[in-house]
Amino acid sequence: MANTDKQVNELIKREYEHGFVTEIEAETFEPGLNEDIIGRLSAIKKEPQFMLDWRLKAYRRWLEMDEPNWAHVGYPKIDYNAISYYSAPKRKEDMPQSLDDVDPELLKTYEKLGIPLHEREKLAGVAVDAVFDSVSVATTFKEPLAKAGVIFCSISEAIQDYPELVQKYLGSVVPAGDNFFAGLNSAVFSDGTFVYVPKGVRCPMELSTYFRINAANTGQFERTLIIADEGSYVSYLEGCTAPMRDENQLHAAVVELVALDDAQIKYSTVQNWYPGDENGKGGIFNFVTKRGACIGKNSKISWTQVETGSAVTWKYPSCVLRGENSVGEFYSVALTNNYQQADTGTKMIHLGKNTSSTIISKGISAGRSSNAYRGLVKFGPGAEGARNFTQCDSLLIGDQCAAHTFPYIESKNKGAIVEHEATTSKVSDEQMFLCRQRGIDPEQAVSMIVNGFCKEVFKELPMEFAVEAGKLLEVSLEGSVG
Amino acid sequence: MLSIRNLHAAVDGKEILKGIDLEIKPGEVHAIMGPNGSGKSTLSAVLAGNEAYEVTEGDILLDGENLLEKETEERARDGIFLAFQYPVEIPGVSNLQFLRTAVNAMRVHRGLDELSAVDFMKLAKETTKQVDLDPAFLKRGVNEGFSGGEKKRNEILQALLLEPRLAILDETDSGLDIDALKVVADGVNALRSPERAILMVTHYQRLLNHIVPDFVHVLAGGRIVKSGGRELALELEERGYGWLGIKDSDEVEAG
Repeated sequence: MANTDKQVNELIKREYEHGFVTEIEAETFEPGLNEDIIGRLSAIKKEPQFMLDWRLKAYRRWLEMDEPNWAHVGYPKIDYNAISYYSAPKRKEDMPQSLDDVDPELLKTYEKLGIPLHEREKLAGVAVDAVFDSVSVATTFKEPLAKAGVIFCSISEAIQDYPELVQKYLGSVVPAGDNFFAGLNSAVFSDGTFVYVPKGVRCPMELSTYFRINAANTGQFERTLIIADEGSYVSYLEGCTAPMRDENQLHAAVVELVALDDAQIKYSTVQNWYPGDENGKGGIFNFVTKRGACIGKNSKISWTQVETGSAVTWKYPSCVLRGENSVGEFYSVALTNNYQQADTGTKMIHLGKNTSSTIISKGISAGRSSNAYRGLVKFGPGAEGARNFTQCDSLLIGDQCAAHTFPYIESKNKGAIVEHEATTSKVSDEQMFLCRQRGIDPEQAVSMIVNGFCKEVFKELPMEFAVEAGKLLEVSLEGSVG
Repeated sequence: MLSIRNLHAAVDGKEILKGIDLEIKPGEVHAIMGPNGSGKSTLSAVLAGNEAYEVTEGDILLDGENLLEKETEERARDGIFLAFQYPVEIPGVSNLQFLRTAVNAMRVHRGLDELSAVDFMKLAKETTKQVDLDPAFLKRGVNEGFSGGEKKRNEILQALLLEPRLAILDETDSGLDIDALKVVADGVNALRSPERAILMVTHYQRLLNHIVPDFVHVLAGGRIVKSGGRELALELEERGYGWLGIKDSDEVEAG
């Protein structure tokens, strides 16, 4: 065992490559949370009254809520008054009208991250919304999307330009009182992405949002709302990074998806927040509520996530399957290394007839990390003919990490069918010896074995990102073999 | 090409090899025979650089270079190939991807360009025929759900693709029926060349009917107790190991 462990340990020691800080003039609120701060936040974003009222209601509700403590993670108590709730790069004008108005420093930041915002240097066929700390700095491909009738903009813009849609759907899937972090987000969310795909439209390109936390002592509270109207289709991807800082930073996002009759939403995440250093210092607390509602018949929502970052992850992308024959899917790869902790999984809530769901979860633990899958499959009384298939696999690298599985099943319908499979395996000395005996580098061997383990999930990712995800695993594992 | 001198090796502090001396020249085929527990597989593992085994004394030289100072993968790239007795599965990693990664690692080491996916596919398909494997095996996970015989043929496939200088076959005949044995033996015979040496480790002599060795060595108690030509294997078949004063805990019919 010692051999693989030694190799594994060396591979794990790889530096986070997105850890730089951008020197940029920013307007940042002083730390603290109260109704006045929320009022200022709403005012700076020139929000209509309904939005301010909604925020304040959420805030008052939040004050009465308790932070959840049931997850299999441990972290120091967060002082919510020590966080700044707004930080935005200062700009020449109020809003950039085009990419030319975006601060060159910011454009450089995104180039460094490999996300060119200039459309001419575009990621082929992918529209990007870039969110920097509390604001959206640029959204690309707005025009061709508008031609197809697709609305793709920052949520701040949507609140001003499409208030009816926002008022109708915001909080309809994740209400402000849903949980502690969702409540906090509802009160103070600063920006995020809004997507509306009209009836019968197949969105002509992949949409993506790139989140970047830059400023120190700020939280990022983004809010994403995606609505797929009847018979429409959209594929969306989010990516995230943050600088290396010794203090922990909070990221408490809410994502709501709504699929009407015959609509499909495919939501993919490649999460690479700063995970902290090899001793567990610093890193992002990623406390996120993601939920999709299949409210229409024959609708489908599919979550695919590749989680390699964050110091602590608390995240359960879920589906509420209300419409008849609606389908929910969850494909997840969660990799933890060093002292990272992840408690992640999904909830599939079957309410409608003949609804079906699939859960494929791949947890990879290395270093001294802890990786838990927590899943709930629930069948309501009306979920006649509903079925679920769950497969949870854990892969251990080294002998100081931990993997846990917490599956919950609740059924109020006798006709529902559940299948559950779970396995735990280890990157074995024998596998490593075989690869090395064939001339393959130990790093490449581990990465190949881990990629093989994740194959079922990677094939669900949009092509461009499947490659990226594979590389990301390689980077995250580097140092775990030597 | 390969010189083993006074080789001692231990696993978990227990000495298994107690002074092995062996010279192998290019083009030669050597067979190491011996009862179970004599140290045959330990010798294979030590040559390939399995870190579970500790070399406590002696030297192994490959073309005059000290092999013991090299990592497993470096030895592999220098041309040491081990066909495993029990090939391990790597789920989800296609045989094709695995083989291509390995072949390209070797090619880079030899200063050649890497093979593209298309070129490699062509080469791999041709080679599968040589060991009577369906090319569909290339798409399956490495050894995943392979039968015993398929695993062994897959090992020979790898040897053919990687073109080693010294191919070590560790009990490659075990668990094979006579037809599969023939296919594997044909594959091994295809490997024979004036530049390449083969070291076969086997309990039984039946493999040697198909792959005729130049030299036969009997390993017992961690030492080579007798060396000879092809006729030594036949004598062992007839008289068993007892004739050499060796106890075989697992005495079965030889042949």
